[in-house]
Amino acid sequence: MTGKTLIYDGSFEGFLSCVFYIFEYKLTDVTIQNEFVVQNGLFSENETIATDTKKADRVWKGLKQKASTISSTKIYYAFLSEQLGVENILLNYIQYIFNNTKKVDTDFTQPSVLNTSQIAKNVSREKHRMEAFVRFKLTKDNIYFANIEPDFNVLPLISKHFKSRYADQKWVIYDIKRNYGLFYDLETLEMMQMEFPKNFDFSKTDTNFFADEEFEFQKLWQNYFKSTNITERKNMKLHIRHVPKRYWKYLSEKQP
Amino acid sequence: MSFDRTLEKLKILADAAKYDVSCSSSGSKRANTNKGLGDATGMGICHSYTEDGRCVSLLKILLTNHCIFDCAYCVTRKSNDVKRAAFKVQEVVDLTINFYRRNYIEGLFLSSGIFKSADYTMERLVAVAKKLRLEENFNGYIHLKSIPGASDELMREAGLYADRLSVNIEIPTKSGLKLLAPDKNFEDFIKPMEKVKNEIIQYKSEKKIIKSTPKYAPAGQSTQMIVGASGENDFQILKTAEHYYKSYNLKRVYYSGYVPISLDDRLPKIGTEVPMLRENRLYQSDWLTRFYGFQTNEIVNLNHQNLDLDIDPKLSWALRNLHEFPVDVNKADKRMLARIPGVGMKSVNKILMARRFRRLNWDHLKKIGIAFNRAQYFLVCDSNLFERRDLTAEKLKATILKNSNSKYDKLLSPQLNLFS
Repeated sequence: MTGKTLIYDGSFEGFLSCVFYIFEYKLTDVTIQNEFVVQNGLFSENETIATDTKKADRVWKGLKQKASTISSTKIYYAFLSEQLGVENILLNYIQYIFNNTKKVDTDFTQPSVLNTSQIAKNVSREKHRMEAFVRFKLTKDNIYFANIEPDFNVLPLISKHFKSRYADQKWVIYDIKRNYGLFYDLETLEMMQMEFPKNFDFSKTDTNFFADEEFEFQKLWQNYFKSTNITERKNMKLHIRHVPKRYWKYLSEKQP
Repeated sequence: MSFDRTLEKLKILADAAKYDVSCSSSGSKRANTNKGLGDATGMGICHSYTEDGRCVSLLKILLTNHCIFDCAYCVTRKSNDVKRAAFKVQEVVDLTINFYRRNYIEGLFLSSGIFKSADYTMERLVAVAKKLRLEENFNGYIHLKSIPGASDELMREAGLYADRLSVNIEIPTKSGLKLLAPDKNFEDFIKPMEKVKNEIIQYKSEKKIIKSTPKYAPAGQSTQMIVGASGENDFQILKTAEHYYKSYNLKRVYYSGYVPISLDDRLPKIGTEVPMLRENRLYQSDWLTRFYGFQTNEIVNLNHQNLDLDIDPKLSWALRNLHEFPVDVNKADKRMLARIPGVGMKSVNKILMARRFRRLNWDHLKKIGIAFNRAQYFLVCDSNLFERRDLTAEKLKATILKNSNSKYDKLLSPQLNLFS
C-alpha cells in the first residue's frame, strides 16, 4: 500500500491539525483532503484526523515565528479558496518553511511559495470585490440584507470591514452557495444560518419582504448609474473586466 | 423626499458632473467613531463601473448646473441650452446616506455650477458636508470641489469637513484658459489651492503639539486637466502637472480626454474621437513619476515633446536610453529594476525578495509574472537565453510591436485596437 490520505472536517483548524499529525509521525507521501470532497485513491489508506485546536494553535504559532505575518495570512487566504488540492500546496509550503533554518517564506522561486501567493491573491481579489459588490436591500424588519455567491469562501475575511463601516444599522450578508451568513445586530457580529421560503428569488426585490422605499432607492441608483456614463467613451470589454458577468445578477444597477 | 422630483434632478446633475474624472476615495484617515455610519480608512473601493469602464466610487453630482460663467469646454456653461436643476442641501444628504447604507458608494463627490457668486455656492457645498458630518455622524468620504474665487474662510471650513478638496484647472496654460474661459482668472484657481496647501501644512504642525487638532482635508487635494481641447502637447501637460505636484503638494493630477460637447469654433468638432489612448499614456507617465522614480524630463522633454501612442512611456524611455541596458536582474538596484520594460513594481519587489535565496533565471522571472515579450531585450539573468544581437532602437521597437499579440494590446490599452 502506498500513500496515505488524511481526512479533515473542512475547517482551517482541522487542516492545521493534519499538518501537526504529519510532523508528529514524520509522514511522507501523504495528502490532505476535506471530508466533503473525498475522492478515494485506489491504493491509498484513509485516516480521519480530529480537529484539535491546541495542536492547530501550535502549528500556527510556529509558522508565525518562521514566516512573516504577510506569509501566514497568505496561507489562510489560500486555504479559503477551497480550491481542489490546495491543502497539499499549503502543506508543501509549510514543510518548506519548517524544514529550513533560514526564513524562506518569500522564496518565490519555490513553486509552493509562488502558488500559495497566487492563490491568495485571487482570494484577496474576490474579498475586495465582495466589499464592493455587496448590495444591501432594506427589509420590512429594518435590516439591511445582502446575498452573495462568491467563488471563494470570503465571508470570514470581509466581516471586519462591514462591521466597522455599518455600525449603526442592522445587517445580514448571506452566502447562498455555502449556506451561512453574518448577522450584525448593532452590538455583536455572529455567524448564522437562515431558512428561506421556497422559490425565494435572490436576484429580485420581493414586495413581501422588502421596504417600500427600497424600490425607490434602487430606481435612483439605477438612474444614477446610467446618467454618469459617457456614451462617447463606451468600452464594454473594460466594463466586463471590472465587473465580471457572474456578479451581475445581484447588482441592483444591473437589474432590468 | 419626493422621489420623482429627486430622480429627475439626479439625472440632470449626475449627467453634468460626469466629466469630472476623479473617483479616488482612498488616502483618508477618517475612522468610524461613536458607532456612526461609514469609515474612510484604508483603500478606496470601486463599487461599480460605468459602461465606459470608469470607476463608480462616489456619488458624483453637481449641486446645481446653473452657472454664471461661459467656459467653452463646459457642458454647464451659461450659453448652453440644457435643462437646469438644483438640489436642496437636504436632498444631497439623504441621497448620500441612503446610497451609502446600501453599499453603493464610498461617499460623496460634490461639485457645482456657480450661481450668484463663488462664495454663495461654496457656502452651500460646505453646508452639505457639515450636515453629513455633524447631524448624520457620517464618516464616509467627502470630496468637495473648491469654487474658484471662494474666500479663505470658506476654504478653511470646507477642509474641516471634507476628506479631499480639488479645483480643476482644466486648461494647462494661461493662454489656453484666456481663449476658452475668458471670464475666469488664472489666479482664482491658484488662490484656493494655495490656501488649502497652507492649511494642511499648518494642520500637520499643530497636530504634533495638540493631538485633538481637527482633521484638515486628510486626503489632500487634486486637480484635473482637459486633454485635447486647447492644443497643448504632452510636454506642456506633464510639466504643468509636475509644477502642481511640487508647488501645491497635490495628491493626484487627473487627465481628462476631451469629449466634444460644443459647436464652438475654438474647440474640436462634435464627433471628434475622444483622445483616450493619449489620456492613457499620460496616466502611465504620471504613474512612472509617482511610483517608479522617473523624472518628468526623462519621459518628455524639448527633444521629445509628445508621448508615443504605439508604445508605453517606459518602453519609449528604454529605447531612447539603450546604453542603460541590459540590466542584470541578480545585481541591479531597485531603481534600475523598475526601469526594465515589462517589469512592474510588484514583480520588482518579488525579484528583490526571491534573489536573496538564489540567482534568478528566465523560468523564475516568467513565473513571477514579468512581461517576457518586452523584458527579454532589456535584461540578463542566470540563463544563457538573452538577446545577443546588437539591435537599434528602431529594430527593437518593430520587433516588440510585431511580437506583442492582441492580448498585450488589450492589457496595455483597450483603445489600441483603434489603430490595428
